[in-house]
Amino acid sequence: MNVIYILWLREVKKYLRSRPQILASLGQPIMYLLALGFGLGPVFQKSGQGNYIQFIAPGVIGMAVLFTSIFSGVGLLWDRQFGFLKETLVAPVPRLQIMVGRTLGGATIACIQGTLVLCVCIAVGFRPRWIELPVAFGFMLLIALVFAGLGTIIGSSLRDMQGFQLIMNFLVMPIFFLSGALFPLNNLPKALSIATKIDPLSYGIDGLRGALISQSHYGTMTNLTILAVVATCCLLLGAWAFSRIQV
Amino acid sequence: MISVRNLVKTFGQVQAVADISFEVQAGEIFAFLGPNGAGKTTTIQMLTTLLRPTSGQITIDGLDPLSAKLEVRKRFGIVFQDPSLDGDLTGYENMELHGVLYHVPRKVRVERIEMLLKLFELWERRKAKVKLYSGGMKRRLEIARGFLHTPKILFLDEPTLGLDPQSRNQLWTHVRHLNQSEGVTVFLTTHYMDEAERVAQRIAIIDHGRIVAQGTSDELMLQTSTDSLEGAFLALTGTSIRDESAGAADHMRQMARMWTGGRR
Repeated sequence: MNVIYILWLREVKKYLRSRPQILASLGQPIMYLLALGFGLGPVFQKSGQGNYIQFIAPGVIGMAVLFTSIFSGVGLLWDRQFGFLKETLVAPVPRLQIMVGRTLGGATIACIQGTLVLCVCIAVGFRPRWIELPVAFGFMLLIALVFAGLGTIIGSSLRDMQGFQLIMNFLVMPIFFLSGALFPLNNLPKALSIATKIDPLSYGIDGLRGALISQSHYGTMTNLTILAVVATCCLLLGAWAFSRIQV
Repeated sequence: MISVRNLVKTFGQVQAVADISFEVQAGEIFAFLGPNGAGKTTTIQMLTTLLRPTSGQITIDGLDPLSAKLEVRKRFGIVFQDPSLDGDLTGYENMELHGVLYHVPRKVRVERIEMLLKLFELWERRKAKVKLYSGGMKRRLEIARGFLHTPKILFLDEPTLGLDPQSRNQLWTHVRHLNQSEGVTVFLTTHYMDEAERVAQRIAIIDHGRIVAQGTSDELMLQTSTDSLEGAFLALTGTSIRDESAGAADHMRQMARMWTGGRR
């Protein structure tokens, strides 16, 4: 238990100590929120879909959680690089505990980051339904767990930073763009519709939308179930991949 | 305590460790001497469960590091050749994390951390982030950390690299103390002949992944009819300079230095 706690604490401390990084990683979601939110707002309104800021806010919150959690998992690569990984790998504790501590730490900071973006959204005019805020936090946590797990799988299998751009362009960005963070999921072309159904983030963002603006495509129970299953799979696979790391 | 038989490790075409066998008795200080790229670190990585051997057999305290990983890890401590600290944490936090990972009880932990940080003159800077430490300080912290818990076997992979003579002296005094008072078995690698001669009871000389000779330093000198360990070493391994090919981790470290502008 102590081991999990101290590794969790390490992630959180590292996050809180890198203030410039916190600000930097707020930048991208805020850019989407402001530029697209206000830029596409009038078009969205005219097509009878309502307020675009209301619609896109859960999307950018999900984006912040996605990026932060996946990068925390990929942070394994940095630990490998600076050598700290070895220190944890030879420690006389089950690797599972190490992985759980790291992953929970990553999920925690992803949720903090998501909350910060939520605050920014509120500041620019987003009005959530306060009553279901706890449900929204639940979804944030699930998204965070899915992608912290996925990040760990990636971090365990890559040997160095060279594959990182590849992951960024061919995995993280598609996960974001195909999640329905920026557009409604109904009346999509067939191919896109299938892609959004495969993308786990789309259930997370739909869940956030359901909780925050009571607009859900799949329904809260479906979202919850699918995310929970995917999270379990990602965490199990992550733990397996982590247990096999060699230096 | 450590028994290795016909150990082989190949990376693609390269044979890093080519069929080595040796025994280290309990309570012994055993040194591995060899030029760059001789296979010292690879051997240590296999002994410490970090790398799977291609073939051959290892027993650590009667256990196989392949099947009983966790049990084996409980028995040793290690000071790595290359950095293994977390630069974003303070010196104290690095020590504490290590203490928790190695199940050192809280009270003992607090006492020993203070003692060790003072011994290696890091106590004043304990609250500074490790990435702000000088190279020598980082190295001292690694070594202090290695002494935080008392394992049955202590692996020291070129521990004195980049240390000043004072810290080097502290290190060996401490190692000998642990060896004598607690019966810790020590397995060390080094480039420095004088250290091996002074500290180790038995020495194995490894070159191109093979053990070319082993015994006490007197035996090695006798065997090569030289009058110093250094002479014996050169007689056994030749005088040509070796190149070590950089691994993936080295490449990444180089890239990271570029990215972070050398701050870390």
